[in-house]
Amino acid sequence: MDKITTDICIVGAGPVGLFAVFEAGLLKMRCHVVDALPAVGGQLSEIYPKKPIYDIPGFPEVLAGDLVKNLEQQIAPFHPTFTLGERVDDLEKLDDGSFIVRTVAGTEIACKVVVIAGGLGSFEPRKPAIEHLDKYEKNGVEYMVRDPEHFRDKRVVISGGGDSALDWTIFMAGLCKELTLVHRGTTFRGAPESAAKVLSMAEEGQINLILKSNVTEVHGEEKLEAVTVMVDNTTPHQIEVDNFIPLFGLVPKLGPIEDWGLELEKNAILVNTEDYSTNIPGIYAIGDINTYPGKLKLILCGFHEAALMAQSAYNIIYPDKKFVLKYTTVNGIQELQA
Amino acid sequence: MKDAINIYVEQDGGERIELEAPLDMNLSVMEVLKANEFPVQAVCGGMAICATCHVEVLQSGELPDMSDDEAYMLETLPHATDTSRLSCQLRVTPELDGLVVRIMPEA
Ligand SMILES: Cc1cc2nc3c(=O)[nH]c(=O)nc-3n(C[C@H](O)[C@H](O)[C@H](O)COP(=O)(O)OP(=O)(O)OC[C@H]3O[C@@H](n4cnc5c(N)ncnc54)[C@H](O)[C@@H]3O)c2cc1C
Ligand code: FES
Repeated sequence: MDKITTDICIVGAGPVGLFAVFEAGLLKMRCHVVDALPAVGGQLSEIYPKKPIYDIPGFPEVLAGDLVKNLEQQIAPFHPTFTLGERVDDLEKLDDGSFIVRTVAGTEIACKVVVIAGGLGSFEPRKPAIEHLDKYEKNGVEYMVRDPEHFRDKRVVISGGGDSALDWTIFMAGLCKELTLVHRGTTFRGAPESAAKVLSMAEEGQINLILKSNVTEVHGEEKLEAVTVMVDNTTPHQIEVDNFIPLFGLVPKLGPIEDWGLELEKNAILVNTEDYSTNIPGIYAIGDINTYPGKLKLILCGFHEAALMAQSAYNIIYPDKKFVLKYTTVNGIQELQA
Repeated sequence: MKDAINIYVEQDGGERIELEAPLDMNLSVMEVLKANEFPVQAVCGGMAICATCHVEVLQSGELPDMSDDEAYMLETLPHATDTSRLSCQLRVTPELDGLVVRIMPEA
């Protein structure tokens, strides 16, 4: 378990969380950034890395992925530290006004200010509507393949027809004792090479492929023992399994942010537009995650919010100093010690 | 010619909410639903890659054909039905007048 100490803990490594590191760094405040996803960039990396954006001031056109790269470069002199692939689950406010931020994996970040830049929330797996499915979560049902070794010599059913279902089927075929891929359709949405590979593996008997079918029931005493596949929507077929892995893509969920005592309105955090502070002193919310009269969910607006947040956070982190606006043109970038 | 059509959203209890959808703004049904504050996330903004704008069509005239992208996306959704559509792919046109949809749960 890691313990990290910093000035500002930023929840969310989307464009707005990244730019907040820059604005904080100009004022000599150190940042640690946490994201549930394994890579930085938020929606830009997860949803549209190859799409051009046309409304970033000074860039007539920039690919989302390139904007993220540029932001990483821009904040490098301030040596932010990162915890990626871990969702923040819990915020605790201590008596001295500082915070402990905790992730699912138990990483703890001690900080004076928390900046929530959580966008649409954290991307969570889409779960099929199968009765009692939750009973077997961690007991045979997995929504993500974290470590394929976990499935060595197991009997596994994967369902889904997108890239991740295809990729994992190909990868795990040699590993599992028995691997079945169940897909509602007759064609695959994933990369054509992967689809062709899966079809040929099925022909050669390396995997079982059941098309036009759904997993409709899960069975077992304590742990998962079998699933029922409704073949052609008419014929039930039971398969004995150790693991069932539904892979139907990711959907953003506000998730734990809902439980931190923040004032919410329509799945967003209400903020004061003077400095983007929330109802809890020391916690700010910037970017897509916040709301206020006139809010626009644009990168541009999130950047502005980051700048105002930073000058307000400065008063918490350096209570004895007076904030003075300095131009980067005049002062340059004063690197923070790593 | 009319400058708007009506679209209906059926609620869980069977009640149908009438929405007016202007024809001159090149809107999709997803955008009409969002503008009326229905709970569609439409995470990808209409690129047919997120399926968080999934609706079931309960009543309609002739609907435009699905693109391959839409068809593939719907095929991979666990709870899609035979009349499922991605509302971001349905443009508001005079042919859509009287469309009745149900908003599908996301997960
Ligand atoms: C298809 C598409 C096109 C777009 N085009 C434009 C455009 O042209 N111009 C424009 O200005 N905007 C555009 N946008 C909107 C823009 O992408 C968002 O405004 C921007 O991504 C918001 O940035 P953010 O940093 O606030 O949040 P996000 O980018 O959503 O990042 C938030 C991050 O927080 C993480 N997170 C959330 N909760 C937790 C938690 N509890 N623990 C750990 N991590 C957490 C998430 O994993 C995510 O990585 C577009 C959006 C889409 C989907
Ligand atoms: S909005 Fe993403 S598929 Fe329609």
